[in-house]
Amino acid sequence: MAHAYTPGLKVLKESKVDKTRMLPLKGEVLTKTGQEVSPDTIVAATELPGNVQMVNVAGQLNVDASDVGEAMLKHEGDTIEKGEPLARSKGLFGLFKSTLASPATGTVESISGVTGQVVLREAPIPVEMDAYITGKVVEELPQEGVVVETHGSFIQGIFGIGGECQGEIKVITDTPARPLELTDLDESCAGKIVVGGSFIGLPVFRKALDLNVAGIIVGGFNYQDLKPILGYDLGVAITGGEDIRTTLIVTEGFGSIAMAERTFELLKSHEGRVASINGATQIRAGVIRPEVIVPLTGDELTGTDFDEESITGIESGSLVRVIRAPYFGVLGTVKSLPPELREMESGTLVRVAEVTIDGKDALIPRANLEMVETD
Amino acid sequence: MHENRQKQRSNVSDKQRDFANARSILATDCGSTTTKAILIELVDGEYRQTFRGEAPTTVEAPFEDVTRGVLNAVLEVEELARQKNPNRQILDGETIVTGQDGDRGVDIYISTSSAGGGLQMMVAGVVKSMTGESAERAALGAGSIVMDVLASNDGRLPHEKIARIRQLRPDMILLSGGIDGGTVSHVVELAEILHAANPKPRLGMSYKLPVIYAGNKEARQTIWETLGGVTDLKVVDNIRPVLERENLQPSRDEIHELFMEHVMAQAPGYKKLMDWTDAPIMPTPGAVGAIIETVARQENISVVGVDIGGATTDVFSVFEGIFNRTVSANLGMSYSVCNVLAEATLPNVLRWVPMAMDEEELMNRIGNKMIRPTTIPQALEELQIEQAIAREALRLSFVQHKQFAVGLKGVQKERTISDAFDQSGSGETLVNMMDLDLLVGSGGVLSHAPRRHQAARMMIDSFLPEGITQLAVDSIFMMPQLGVLSTVNEKAATEVFEKDCLIHLGSCIAPVGPVKAGRKMMDIELTMPGGEKINRELTQGEMFTLPASREDSVKAVLKPVKGLDLGAGKGQELSTELRGGVVGLIFDGRGRQPFTLPDDDTRIAKLHEWSLATEEYPQIKEGAAS
Repeated sequence: MAHAYTPGLKVLKESKVDKTRMLPLKGEVLTKTGQEVSPDTIVAATELPGNVQMVNVAGQLNVDASDVGEAMLKHEGDTIEKGEPLARSKGLFGLFKSTLASPATGTVESISGVTGQVVLREAPIPVEMDAYITGKVVEELPQEGVVVETHGSFIQGIFGIGGECQGEIKVITDTPARPLELTDLDESCAGKIVVGGSFIGLPVFRKALDLNVAGIIVGGFNYQDLKPILGYDLGVAITGGEDIRTTLIVTEGFGSIAMAERTFELLKSHEGRVASINGATQIRAGVIRPEVIVPLTGDELTGTDFDEESITGIESGSLVRVIRAPYFGVLGTVKSLPPELREMESGTLVRVAEVTIDGKDALIPRANLEMVETD
Repeated sequence: MHENRQKQRSNVSDKQRDFANARSILATDCGSTTTKAILIELVDGEYRQTFRGEAPTTVEAPFEDVTRGVLNAVLEVEELARQKNPNRQILDGETIVTGQDGDRGVDIYISTSSAGGGLQMMVAGVVKSMTGESAERAALGAGSIVMDVLASNDGRLPHEKIARIRQLRPDMILLSGGIDGGTVSHVVELAEILHAANPKPRLGMSYKLPVIYAGNKEARQTIWETLGGVTDLKVVDNIRPVLERENLQPSRDEIHELFMEHVMAQAPGYKKLMDWTDAPIMPTPGAVGAIIETVARQENISVVGVDIGGATTDVFSVFEGIFNRTVSANLGMSYSVCNVLAEATLPNVLRWVPMAMDEEELMNRIGNKMIRPTTIPQALEELQIEQAIAREALRLSFVQHKQFAVGLKGVQKERTISDAFDQSGSGETLVNMMDLDLLVGSGGVLSHAPRRHQAARMMIDSFLPEGITQLAVDSIFMMPQLGVLSTVNEKAATEVFEKDCLIHLGSCIAPVGPVKAGRKMMDIELTMPGGEKINRELTQGEMFTLPASREDSVKAVLKPVKGLDLGAGKGQELSTELRGGVVGLIFDGRGRQPFTLPDDDTRIAKLHEWSLATEEYPQIKEGAAS
């Protein structure tokens, strides 16, 4: 049977989820394989080298660079407090000596007789890595981190802003097609992950920020509303490091687009449960999509994890979503995959799929279809 | 099993393999997403590209071995070749057979690569506009992306520079500074900053960061003492031994060497690929630069090449024999399409869109292209929007190129910062559009435009060629493979470039100078190949095309009106021969210096008129705009 590989976003009721929790530099792993962890468990920690200060001793003491070594009161490897004398000039006949105080607390790392610069390194900066999800450590990566595994629901969005957070799921809209309104949000949303329908406008998102809502999951968002929130034009879709209180996950795309029914229903079935979400998106080689993870335990699990190997690509009967105009956002079923190239209205010759949308058949470039991966 | 795989040779020994007389050449380009293979064979005494294949690149999980994608692409080539000659064999199992013996094997196997993000460098120089710029030129010419230029006078405090080095984690650093025999302290201070930052390479935690020192030779000993222990330091000849001369080649060679040794060696499967190839693997843009340089030198012409990709746009030029390359890192058609919108601004994109558009709707559509980068315009309106954005991405990339491709600074006169941003008045840019002979476009939006006429229009509208300029596209992006081929067999590279790589679109004829709307710009007398005479005028604001093929020789006498220039001087008649192509001869009377689009309600009607005249979107019939 003809098939085409078209990656899609995952909307999985039950799946094994592995999260690799790596330190930015080598450090110490604090948890053991088999250990149960919660999102705030510190699994590994390290210290980043402290900030560096370069002090122009020659310039500030008005001595030759080659005389800086002699003027130094501290030597390479010595520790020094902020304000403590670092170097002193010989002065004129032993008079008019100048003393230079250290601008920072740290260690003298190097003294240059060529440039007269002294490098001070400040105290290391501790970095801790938490587990992010409730689960179990299944692998230790020596000095680097761990792999945490959980079983639960796993949903990918198409785009997000803001980093990792956790909160209780609170579904606000009654249908996936209704936008979030200002009146939908109140104090009860603080710290929660709010699920809306088709769209969130700028005033509503601003209210969510004011209310300290942990996260918003919604079908669509206006591209031009990103700038007032981020303070800059988002030119390249690499996000996750934004300093915002409310993480936003968009499941369908830019504009007002009803959330896929299945996504909405799955989130609704988890009302009141704690989810871990991350808005980080990277659309380049090594794609990262925003995610929602709802860990399940004990008898909630059926043991039928989604099998990634079962993905065979689009074929006749596949449920697909169209991801470009003129059918943008609609769902359909693949009727056939004609092997020959077809000419589109734009004049471009492409491989197409015949897709049934609301009872009517349409020819759509295969590149404009996304498989809806469901379990 | 894979580790034990060896490059298999047929019964032809290395000594017998003569690259200059090769009968067949297999070349691959391992891109971020696709690996492309081409076969070049000697056909009736001429090198021709005969078969091509492609397959997804396999650098990432689950394969993590670039050779898998290479073999798949080569397998496609082999299968196609066998349709013509059932005995043709290139692969023996999972091995490329090199050293052709009858129908078995190829004489040369070569490859380029941009997989894994290509080569990412930081460069440093004492004075930003002098040694900093020379270092940047060397790094760009070698095919790298320059992440940042550090300089003693760049306005940043030492700790800010250190934070930047740590944050960027380049693949390697090129450190230059000072002329030979000049002051050493500034360049040593830069070395001290590098030492304090103690940078770690992007790939492979276990090796030291490669640093190339190409500065004042008097400082070498101190640089060794400062950086020798913490980095993998290489010292080459000064990039700027005297103010008046650049010496980029030693740095470029060392960058290629280190690219192979460190960057490539860290990428999955590349050690094996390096063992297979008969010439060092080149970074893809470095290879494109090599073929453009070669062609410009051989034909003695000025060339501009552009490759517009999903994330970046590369511009290459050779004017007065001097090669320049720039990378506009965030001007592309998918991953960075929103950045084109941000940098060009919405009105500049909209001015090319031949219909009224709701701004919010347009921005959401462009945003959706960014987050779903592999989609294809199905509707004509979508295609028109994409091609409008492409015009702005190309225009901005070329503006950046013109600012960079300048003569050496600090030689004759000092320039101020305001001069650096002044495009029109400085006269120092090497890019002279009137001298340009050939403009070559490549990259999806140009090469895969449904109609070649659209590619021609996008290139004309964004580059605004002046006088007479030939236009071409690289239809299947073969330039990288030909670039690396030019290093082992220049003849084969240039023959294939001319015959199979380029699709000649035709020539653009555009008079330069101010003239009032609707007034005559020039008289045109053409003698077509069959002897037919064509006499007509070009008026301001008008565009038209005349069919002429590449092989046709069209004799032309062009008489611009007083004040307008076609290359022979203002008002001077020009007798020449025009070369056609699949689009033909494109007469552009919209004006150069100045070139403006109407900003009133006549804009859409004019865009439609020019579209019709150049057969850009024949789906739209005459009168549709009114």
